[in-house]
This record gives sequence, C-alpha cells and structure tokens, in this order.
Amino acid sequence: MAEITYLQAITEALREEMQRDEKVFLLGEDIGIYGGAFKVTKGLYEEFGQARVMDTPISESAIIGVAVGAALVGMRPVAEMQFADFITVGFSQLVTNAATMHYRYGIPVPIVVRAPSGGGIHGGAFHSKNPEAWFVHQPGLKVVAPSTPADAKGLLKAAIRDNNPVLYFENKFLYRRIKEKLPEGDDVVVPIGKARLVKPGRHVSLITYGSMVHACLQAAEILNEQDQLDVEILDLRTLQPLDKEAVLSTVERTSRVVIVHEANLTAGIGAEVAALISDNGFEMLDAPIKRVAALDTPTPYAPVLEEYFMPNPEKIIVAVRQVIHF
Amino acid sequence: MPAKTDVVSNEIKLQLYSLLYKTRATEDRIIALYRQGRIMGGVYTGRGVEATTVAAGLALEKQDYLFPIHRDLGAHLAKGQSVLNILLQYLGRGNSLTKGKDSGIHMSDTTLNIIGNVSHLGAMIPVAVGVAMAKKMQNEKVVTLNFIGEGGSNIGDFHEGLNFAAVHKAPFVLVIENNQYAYSTPAHKEYVCNRLSDRAQGYGIPGYHIDGTDALGVYATIKKAIEDARNGKGPSLIECLSMRMVGHSAHDDAFYVDKEQMKKYEKKDPFLRLEQVLRKEGLLDDKQIKRIQDTIDKEIEQATDIALNSPLPEAHWAAEGVYAE
Repeated sequence: MAEITYLQAITEALREEMQRDEKVFLLGEDIGIYGGAFKVTKGLYEEFGQARVMDTPISESAIIGVAVGAALVGMRPVAEMQFADFITVGFSQLVTNAATMHYRYGIPVPIVVRAPSGGGIHGGAFHSKNPEAWFVHQPGLKVVAPSTPADAKGLLKAAIRDNNPVLYFENKFLYRRIKEKLPEGDDVVVPIGKARLVKPGRHVSLITYGSMVHACLQAAEILNEQDQLDVEILDLRTLQPLDKEAVLSTVERTSRVVIVHEANLTAGIGAEVAALISDNGFEMLDAPIKRVAALDTPTPYAPVLEEYFMPNPEKIIVAVRQVIHF
Repeated sequence: MPAKTDVVSNEIKLQLYSLLYKTRATEDRIIALYRQGRIMGGVYTGRGVEATTVAAGLALEKQDYLFPIHRDLGAHLAKGQSVLNILLQYLGRGNSLTKGKDSGIHMSDTTLNIIGNVSHLGAMIPVAVGVAMAKKMQNEKVVTLNFIGEGGSNIGDFHEGLNFAAVHKAPFVLVIENNQYAYSTPAHKEYVCNRLSDRAQGYGIPGYHIDGTDALGVYATIKKAIEDARNGKGPSLIECLSMRMVGHSAHDDAFYVDKEQMKKYEKKDPFLRLEQVLRKEGLLDDKQIKRIQDTIDKEIEQATDIALNSPLPEAHWAAEGVYAE
C-alpha cells in the first residue's frame, strides 16, 4: 500500500463511508464541482453526484442547521466549514440545537462538522483559529483532532458512525506535509475517546494533540540528544470525551507533565487536563504541571509575529527543562 | 392573496372549531395550574393567534413534519398530541415527553412527526429545512412546516434558512405568526417594510399575507402552500396577521400594549369568529356546541387528574442522556 497524505486520508474516509452507507452525504461551500477550498472533496462530486456532495450558499448557520435536521430523520450528514474560523457564525446551531437535542428529546443527532483549523500558514486572524475548547465546554458534543493520516482516516470513520454530533478538527498545516502508509485492511476505525501513546519515555510526559504532536516529537529528539532525557508523548486524539485513564497512566510513569496545544492558553484543553491530573493524580507529581500554548491574542499575520505567537519545539524544550529541574 | 375558503370541508370546519376550543380550554387550565404554583416555569399562551396555529397544524398530513414554537399549543393538538402529554410536560413529570428535562411546550414526539423548539426562535428554521431536504433526498412526499413570530423573523437564521430552502427547492412552508408584539416591542420597532410576506420576493418564492384570525382562510392558504411544496414547487412564506391578546408570558400584564388596537382585535376573536360562521352555515347550534365543549372539558379534567398524580423525575436523571449510545 502506498503512502498517503493527511489530506488524502480524509478524502478516503469520506469516499469509503459514502460507499458503505447511502445515508452519508456532504454539504458545504465550494465542496462540489470545485472540490473544496483545500480539495478535500475532490472527485467525490463526480462519483456521488450533486445531491450527496451538496454545494451550499455562504450560510454556516444554515449548513449546520440543515445537517441537524437531516440527521433527525435518519441521514448522516458531514458538513464542511471552509475554515474552522467560520464556525463562529454557525455556533448557535451546534451548542443550542445539536448538543441539546438528545438530552431534551432523546433523538440522536449523528452529524459531523469538519473544521480545517490551525495556524502556521500566514492566514491571519480569520484563517488560523483553533476553536476546539469552546465546543469541549458544551455538553452533548464530541470533539476529535487527529494528528496523523491513519488517525485522520480512522477517526473520521468513527465520527461518521457515531450517533452524536462530532466536531472533527483537521489541521490544515498537516494536510500535505505528512504522509504515511496506512494499516492494512480497508476499514480501520479509530475509536473516539482513546488516546495514543506516540512514544514511551521515562522522564517527562508531553500531553498533546493535533499539529503539536509533531512539534513534541522534534522537541523530544533534541532533548534526548542534548539533555539525555527520555520523553514520553501522549496524543489525546479525542478532546471530548478525554481519555482520563491514558492521561493518568502517563503521569504515573513519568511524574512530570507538560501539556502542549496550538490553541491559545487561557481556558484551553490544557487547563482541563491539568485539573484532571490535579484532582486524580496530585500525589504522583514531582513538579508543577506546565502548559505550552499560543499567546492569548488573535493570530497575527506577519510571519515574524506568527512565529512568536505559536508554540514550537523551542518553547516546549524550555518548559520541559523547567519541570525537570524543579 | 389568500386561497378561497370554499375548499374547506364541513368536517374540517368542525375539527377546527373543536381544536380552537380545546386549545383555549387547555391553556386556561395551564394558567390556572401556574397561578396555583403547580407549574414552575414560564407559560406562554397563544390567545389571539390560535386560528393560525390550529389551522396550520391541521393542514398537515400525518407523514408531514411540524416545527411549532412557544405559542403553538394549538398546532401540537391539531397534529394529534394529547392534552395529557402537554400537561405532563408543563408539570415537569417523569413520564412527560422530555422526562422533565425541558419546559413549556418544548417537546418532540417522533410518533407524530413533531419536533419541539428551542428558545432562540428562528434557530429551528434551518433545522426544519434540513428535515424537508432529507425527506426529499429519501424520495418521500413529505412537507415540513415551521412557525416563526414577526419578532423572530429578524434573526439571521430566518434569512439563511429561507434562502437555503429556496435555492434547494425544499418542500418547506414557513408561517409567520405576526401577533404585532415581540415581548414588549411593537412591530414598528421590529421592521419597517410594509408586509413581512414581501420578503418572499427576495428569495424568489411565493409570499402570502393573510388574516391570521380567520381559521378557514388560514387553513385554505396553508393547505395550498403545503400541496405546492409536496408537488415540487418549493417553499412558501405565509404571514398571518393577528394580535397577541395577553402578555408575553403569564407574569406579564401587557401594560404597554395599545388598548385601542386590543379592542379592535377583541371583535376578531378567532374562536368566536369561527363559531359565528359555523352557526350561520347551520353547522353548529347550542346543543352541538355544548356537546363538543363538554367532551373536551371532561378530557382536560381527566388529564389534569392523571398529570397531577404522575411521578416526578428521579433527581439523578439530570446527569443522564447527554450523549446517544
């Protein structure tokens, strides 16, 4: 089997799920003939037709709302936000309708909202956002954020088959930058709610997800060479529900934790993971928990500013040295 | 222009009459339970707009989907909902449709194809359009009807949902219940176009402006829009003009409402108006009216007894059901 990119993995998951289940359909802006702003849906319009690969007006609220309605009567819509940033104008449909429908009415809402997120592409304040924490805070939604082609494919399949609204944050910086051979077998599903141990280690745990998994790998290599540190890396993969067991078991192994995410710091996923460890694993810690995240500012445009704003291997290394030498 | 009312059969006329009475009598009972302190949450009644809500609900076929809003108790009843389920819901009982998890008439019933609303009126419009589009994709001749007030017609989802429905020719009917007040805000502070139905032009769909206190006229016009939608002609927008004859909710005495306007609409009371017409047409006399009303009163009495003796939810249910299996 040939290597495929993160982006191709998403396209494959969509194609295979649409072939498997005729209730699955796609809707979003420019996803049909044009194949999507990033070409994620390229070829699907030709294969499945305009009813199942539906071009829509610029109406994020209606895109998500229509998906909710279709899901209420048995369909399995996958809605695309052209950029995760634009989810703000469809916010109410997610938190008001999609998230509360099963609690109040007992009716499942099996929708997936794909949201290309993340910075490092000089997109400025409105094409770079990582808004996952807003949705993790809303009961009734599930949130996933894959970091590899295999997880991109397997988690999207799981999201489409899940009976709940799932937000699928795909990191657009990774789209064409990473490739891998996917596991054998046509239908590999990565379960929602399970973290992945990327790299075992003895001295410190980096708990992370999305694009920062790759920054953590780079940091771990440097720390190994320069400080002779054996760094463990845990990729959360799912942010709601969190894999509490995996988080606590990495803390138990290393007793030192740095949480890393590309989204900005305050009230981010890192705060929740730190609270989880504090509540359940305080006695296992040998140092305070550190967080590495983007600055609490809008994403700046000029490369020199964006680089200063984003978390990166250097910032991770500084934080690791602090918890090691505490 | 409204559709001609001579298409409304005698059977439908009598059903409309019964449902208008049932709606009013059930709402009176709900207000009484609220004043007795037995209903804890807000109570929003439809007095003055019942003709619109009842006729629209009755115009739908069994397979069609109804998306009512907070004053549309009449539409729930017209679509087949029982008085008992409505009282259980208001009283927050464990055997209510939402098991005590939601208030008012925020309730769905998948056996009747009714999907309840959220309080952000207008947010249901895209969802209702989604149901309509899915039914079209499933090759079923099913129409979805959704209500909105003149107040809610100003939020963004009204535009997004209706435009989306128009572009995709969704089998969808949007009924604006223009009762001239959004809480305390009068219509002239809500919009300045002549008629809200004129907005239909902007979406390239038919728009109707009709008297929302005339049950027969509302029924005929909405029936036509529903059948147009069923036959692939796409969505319609129907503005039904009436007057909210009570406060926004049971705690509100509506001191801000123009008294002259109120007097004018007292003469157009939807229930009394239909009664007059049906008496004149020889479809109703005192004896029949008494029989209809007694039967409904008895049903409400029995439903109240059962509802008040129904169990409360178990406290730990609060933590359950956030996610589907």
